Amino acid sequence: MFMQIDNLKVHYPVRGGFFNTVVDHIHAVDGISMEFDKGNSYGLVGESGCGKSTTGKSIIGLEKITSGKIIYEGEDVTNKRRDRKSAYNRDIQMIFQDSHSSMNPRKRVQDILAEPIRNFLNLSPQEERKRINELLAIVGMPEDSKVKYPHEFSGGQKQRLGIARAMATNPKLIIADEPVSALDLSVQAQVLNFMKDIQNEYGLTYLFISHDLGVVKHMCDHISIMYKGRFVETGETKEIFEQPKHIYTKRLLSAIPDVSPNGREERKRERINVETHYQKEHKLSFDENGRVFDLVKVSNTHFVAESPKVKEVI
Amino acid sequence: MKTTDELLRIKNLHTGFRIKDTYFDAVDNVSLTLRKNEILAIVGESGCGKSTLATSIIGLLDRNNTRIEGEILYKDTNLANMTEDELNNIRGLDISMIFQDPLSALNPLMRIGDQIEESLVYHTELSKNERKERVIELLQQVGISNPKRVAKQFPHQLSGGMRQRVIIAIAISCKPQIIIADEPTTALDVTIQAQILDLLIDLQNETGAGIILITHDLGVVAEVADRVAVMYAGEIIEEAPVDELFNNPKHPYTRSLFNSIPQLSQDSTRLNVIEGIVPSLMNLPRSGCRFSSRISWIPEEAHEDNPTLHEVSPGHFVRCTCWKHFHFKSELGGNQHVHAD
Repeated sequence: MFMQIDNLKVHYPVRGGFFNTVVDHIHAVDGISMEFDKGNSYGLVGESGCGKSTTGKSIIGLEKITSGKIIYEGEDVTNKRRDRKSAYNRDIQMIFQDSHSSMNPRKRVQDILAEPIRNFLNLSPQEERKRINELLAIVGMPEDSKVKYPHEFSGGQKQRLGIARAMATNPKLIIADEPVSALDLSVQAQVLNFMKDIQNEYGLTYLFISHDLGVVKHMCDHISIMYKGRFVETGETKEIFEQPKHIYTKRLLSAIPDVSPNGREERKRERINVETHYQKEHKLSFDENGRVFDLVKVSNTHFVAESPKVKEVI
Repeated sequence: MKTTDELLRIKNLHTGFRIKDTYFDAVDNVSLTLRKNEILAIVGESGCGKSTLATSIIGLLDRNNTRIEGEILYKDTNLANMTEDELNNIRGLDISMIFQDPLSALNPLMRIGDQIEESLVYHTELSKNERKERVIELLQQVGISNPKRVAKQFPHQLSGGMRQRVIIAIAISCKPQIIIADEPTTALDVTIQAQILDLLIDLQNETGAGIILITHDLGVVAEVADRVAVMYAGEIIEEAPVDELFNNPKHPYTRSLFNSIPQLSQDSTRLNVIEGIVPSLMNLPRSGCRFSSRISWIPEEAHEDNPTLHEVSPGHFVRCTCWKHFHFKSELGGNQHVHAD
């Protein structure tokens, strides 16, 4: 375990009234804890608006943290996340969903890739050029692409350049926020394969944020299901898919279309079944404010948010 | 199949876009039929021409910059030759469309009820009160629990799933024979997606309409479609009933697509990658097998010079002959002796 997130909270103030005072808070992320081991992939899954992207952004420092701690290699880095001198800033990098809008359209690829290098590594111009060539080789792009502009590349190529930029400082953890959801199937496969390859080669840790359970299952060893800013269930990929405990997880799993038309009638019945269960047991699964309960241990790795009153899981 | 069941017949449709005074066909020689009570899925990656096909049917393309050739026969009339006025009498009444992004398809300044009423005003002779009743009825039909309140609300007050339900209510308001759904669930969460798809099927069972479902998501196709057409670079490369296509895919492109999906039910470490990229509209090879450049390890003799659709089993059509000799690159060559047949 090289990094730990402890009871992270991000609340947004809601202003209103005559003096535009703070009248309420939106609890975008409401007390989540995670631990990261080296070389593993962690998935963060949930529907839109559940706070998964906010979690990613607050870890890297693009979002203010209301309370909670981020501990990186034994050191509390909660307030050092934007500090250029801190190792944390160099070791945690991010890949964005829309690679097109995350790159400056007026800069050439070599300048885009040089930016993190200039920020964090003190390299001479020759060394910098060498490093850029290395990076392009890592993501399998030809060397002449460094004098091109982002718009000259296809979606998959741009996403690979995004990965190259994240790799520039030899990071330990890469936060990937929906890295493939804007891509076509065959290109998606290419990027996913490639992310796995560099993970094996460089011992990277991924925090994979996605709404696509198929992709997350393929990529991750450990999955957390998020709902309303809290985890409803977290565990090893196998545990989540084979023994889902929480009704919300079951509902999410039953809604995913299977790529086979065989038995789709049964799946539909099952889906409706789970949905009625979900409606009926909504009160049991969440507290009176609709908040998700605290996590309860099921096995060493598997935790589920369960009412302290109802021990029986359906 | 009886011919009376046929709702729509597309024959040799070419839709071309003008780029610097030359027309490039984005839909190239597509023939399809849609039958009553059927969901026909059209699948393909971005840029394969599936949305262009849909917009050609309903006549939403800019006529100054596009060229449509071929026949789109609906009730023995050719939609491709119709004037804008004639089309207006068919759109919404006989053929309607469901769009991908429900927010941009709705007018932000009009109340939901008024937007649904619009096509009723145009196509029916109901009185004002009857129209209002019908609006409430429609909202109920698409599963909105408090229709009276929703009818008075504006689009921004509704969630994504609710908005898509409203779009569907508009689409079915005049009981159309044909519904074209262009990526109806792509912008929605999986749980909402499941609900909307179930709703579409239920509505179809009630009305018996034919649905053309355009999507890139093979999971969605497997859940709802009856028949599937796979498009690549403007052409249909494979067409089959859904069970046949998923259990017995033939064309190399279809098989490659299936292999590149990260599936829930299997543990594979590597996904299949299709080599190369989809050629752009201007650089499409207009002769020979269009997929050949992406399966370069298959010898050239395996392809037809002028690939056509061949019926390999009843209702299952595959373009070109290269599927007979196809194997994935990672597999060893299964058929070393290639005969040009």
